[in-house]
Amino acid sequence: MSASVMPPVLEGEALLAQAKKAGLTEDELRRVEQLLGRTPNTLEIGLYGAMWSEHCSYKSSRHLLRRLPTTGPRVVVGPGENAGVVDIGDGLGVAFKMESHNHPSYLEPYQGAATGVGGILRDVFTMGARPIALMDALRFGRPDHPKTRKLVKGVVAGIAGYGNAIGVPVVGGDVAFDATYDGNILVNAFALGLVEIDKIFLGRAEGVGNPILYVGARTGRDGIRGATMASASFGQGSEELRPTVQVGDPFYEKLLLECCLELFKLDAVVGIQDMGAAGLISSSSEMASRSGAGVRLQVDKVPRREQGMTAEDCMLSESQERMLLVAAKGREQQVIDVCRKWDLDVAIIGEVTSTGRLDIYDGEEQVATLPALTLTDEAPRYDRPRRKPADLESKWVEIAPPPLADAGQALVEMMARPTVASKRWIYRQFDHMVRVGTVVRPGRGDAAVVRVPGTRKGVAMSVDASNRFCGLEPRRGARLALMACARNLACVGAEPLAVTDCLNFGDPTLPEVSWQLAECIDGLAEACNALGIPVVSGNVSLYNDTDGVSIDPTPMVAVVGLMDDVERTCDVAFKEAGDLVLLLGRQTGELGGSEFLAALGRKEGRPPALDDALELAVQKTVREAIRQGLLRSAHDCSEGGLGAALAESCLAGALGASITLEAPLAPSALLFSEEPSRVVVSCRPEQLAAVQALAAQHGAPVTSLGTVGGSRLELAGLASVELTKLRDAYEGAIPAIVGESA
Amino acid sequence: MRFDIVVFPGSNCDHDVYHVVKHVLGHEARFVWHKSRDLKGADAVVLPGGFSYGDYLRTGALARHSPVMEEVVAFARRGGPVLGICNGFQILLEAGLLPGAMVRNRGLQFVCDDAPLQVDGRPTPFTRKLTAGQRIVLPIAHAEGNYTADEATLDRLEGEGRVVLRYVDAAGHRSDAGNPNGSQRNIAGLCNEAGNVVGMMPHPERAAEALLGNDIGRLMFESALG
Repeated sequence: MSASVMPPVLEGEALLAQAKKAGLTEDELRRVEQLLGRTPNTLEIGLYGAMWSEHCSYKSSRHLLRRLPTTGPRVVVGPGENAGVVDIGDGLGVAFKMESHNHPSYLEPYQGAATGVGGILRDVFTMGARPIALMDALRFGRPDHPKTRKLVKGVVAGIAGYGNAIGVPVVGGDVAFDATYDGNILVNAFALGLVEIDKIFLGRAEGVGNPILYVGARTGRDGIRGATMASASFGQGSEELRPTVQVGDPFYEKLLLECCLELFKLDAVVGIQDMGAAGLISSSSEMASRSGAGVRLQVDKVPRREQGMTAEDCMLSESQERMLLVAAKGREQQVIDVCRKWDLDVAIIGEVTSTGRLDIYDGEEQVATLPALTLTDEAPRYDRPRRKPADLESKWVEIAPPPLADAGQALVEMMARPTVASKRWIYRQFDHMVRVGTVVRPGRGDAAVVRVPGTRKGVAMSVDASNRFCGLEPRRGARLALMACARNLACVGAEPLAVTDCLNFGDPTLPEVSWQLAECIDGLAEACNALGIPVVSGNVSLYNDTDGVSIDPTPMVAVVGLMDDVERTCDVAFKEAGDLVLLLGRQTGELGGSEFLAALGRKEGRPPALDDALELAVQKTVREAIRQGLLRSAHDCSEGGLGAALAESCLAGALGASITLEAPLAPSALLFSEEPSRVVVSCRPEQLAAVQALAAQHGAPVTSLGTVGGSRLELAGLASVELTKLRDAYEGAIPAIVGESA
Repeated sequence: MRFDIVVFPGSNCDHDVYHVVKHVLGHEARFVWHKSRDLKGADAVVLPGGFSYGDYLRTGALARHSPVMEEVVAFARRGGPVLGICNGFQILLEAGLLPGAMVRNRGLQFVCDDAPLQVDGRPTPFTRKLTAGQRIVLPIAHAEGNYTADEATLDRLEGEGRVVLRYVDAAGHRSDAGNPNGSQRNIAGLCNEAGNVVGMMPHPERAAEALLGNDIGRLMFESALG
């Protein structure tokens, strides 16, 4: 007779030590005991440890997230499911979400970034959606930090290795460098898919007696307790956590994707959920919680990669490319046949029950029995103490515009700032054209535009965050980032629909960090309300801190927009000599928190003010002008200010421009202020009156700046720079970081 | 006219070719699963791009053993037009329908970009609507497109007019600077001796509509229509 597989029930110090190892505090252990009315066994402790981790439970952020607007006429599926879904008409919806893979990517950049892409894609296709676009928002440390080169190369190769193989285009992203990320890089992946509204699948375990199937790759020992690792700070010895990072196989995921989309057509699938963070325990308990049903699992039936794995290994493994699926009773063979066609592992590992419990069996023995809700909704909630950083307002110093010895040289240097510079070295390694839908490619437009197959419509998307602004004034910084995304959409002619966010913060047990989190959420809510759009999905990543130092607050936001006619779009490139260059918006020259100051080693000043009415007027004007075909280019002023925007429009179109900046401001403020609500546009001379009339109608200030033409960017009275010089600076910066030539 | 598009596990440009044939050209397109042997009634066969079998072992090396490949070879021997794009080209090389091999790009990275090209060699079922010497631009997207063969083979290919596409630089010269992956003699596309089997690394299906900024690739599919 074989030894019992029954996990032991510990007592006293041993029990506490076991709980601590699983990531539970003593209070949390007591809470488990109270909820169960008994002492949990070691397996059960492990399950609670994973499910109550910050990563899975959002225990420090959930109550704050309620401040975000999440409803609207177009919302089909809001937060809480695998991805949000928004109605785009014609019976179609877009499912999208953004998620972090920060901790694993720092430990093991290639696999960390690769599996981040894999995970977010599964979140989207689990909904029944065909993924059609990816974006990546990346934050690295100082360009000259000893680890940066390896991290940039590894992360970019990981995204390429996974995304390219699976055939979903990386159409956009956002990349910045700042010392705040020296010890904690950010890797946030966004995916968007297309779904028929009446064929959306949810992560629900419904129908007592329905079989539960395991589909996908076999379970191994990789990523065990990854969710717990991702919910802790880095310190000495963090490199030893590397085995907690999962290993991805994009080929297997591609098979899983196609298999799932084929399964969804059968009408045999009742519910489905990706096995992501905390693997089988999280997928099974969340599916049971959402439906109120129970789940009985036979853990010995889980397909395994190796022998000798315990029930806890199987329940907590974060092996990639796996799905948990509830089939309609009697239809399981059909599901199995499709899985076999795609050469995937498949096994019936349990069934839906009516108990509201998660019952786990290993052979004959019941090794765990837990009320499903205690793992999910009844996880602890922490309204952690919040305190405004004492030195916050002391950083809001009045910024006297620093003098420029040579404005042309200053612009060249700005274009070589890695945060401003061309990201071509990066996106050239990503397949951004597969699926023949990419209408506005990376590097060409302020937002990516992808057509909606079978319609004339287009979906636009943009992602942004500003740690410089958020570090100085979190609420305003978050508002500015979200508005910048919406402005980016306007610059390709799209109307914003909805938001997904990825809130990257430091250690929430520090009152200052909790305050930053609350303030940023409030800022996002304000911007959402101003735009009239909801947040439909997202993710929170806390404990982005090393040796007690937290990153600047970095709420990454992605806004998805819609255009009725995808042919009515615009990119940033100047098109033809003789076209007129105009500025929509106002120039006040605020330099607080700008990249220009950061280049001088100064992270100070108050971020620029945002006037919602002005912002919306500018966005409406640009969007409407593009729809009417009045504009030949549109580019918002963001990192590097008006100077960088003009230079980028010149470089993208390989055309110079003669510009006169008449605002009564110092040159550095004129060129490099990052105040919002400004867009550089160009139009044919005969369209000038129409553009001006439209701007007047919406109340957007418009200023003539000059004309397109020549091979230099001429800034009257300030500078005259050869485009080749700007191009060398702009294209050379990222290759220089990774030790290659442009 | 019917184009049969072979779907290997890991193919990811299959839908793109289907879209161009069916919705842009208005012709018939059909997916053929790699375990099938049914190419009956096909007027042309396309092996699309992607990562068949995850590119494991070697690009195209496993796909060539799929059951459908015997039928593709037979179809080609009968003179049927066969187009291999990107990973499809790699599979044609592995299957011996075209000579030579692909190795990792010279820069060791995946490259996704617009590539200036020159049409070359003799007319084929997929290039005859273009003219030799014509300069075009097509997207490339691959990590292993560095074409290699022995000198004698290369000489023969050129002598027989079988190099149908070549990488050039922005000025149109066959230069090292214009070679995105290190391919010998800047070879981007080839045909077999009979001229009916064409392999090319660039993606014509990604450049077949004005909306995407380039529709020159459409001519390659239209060439097959006769």
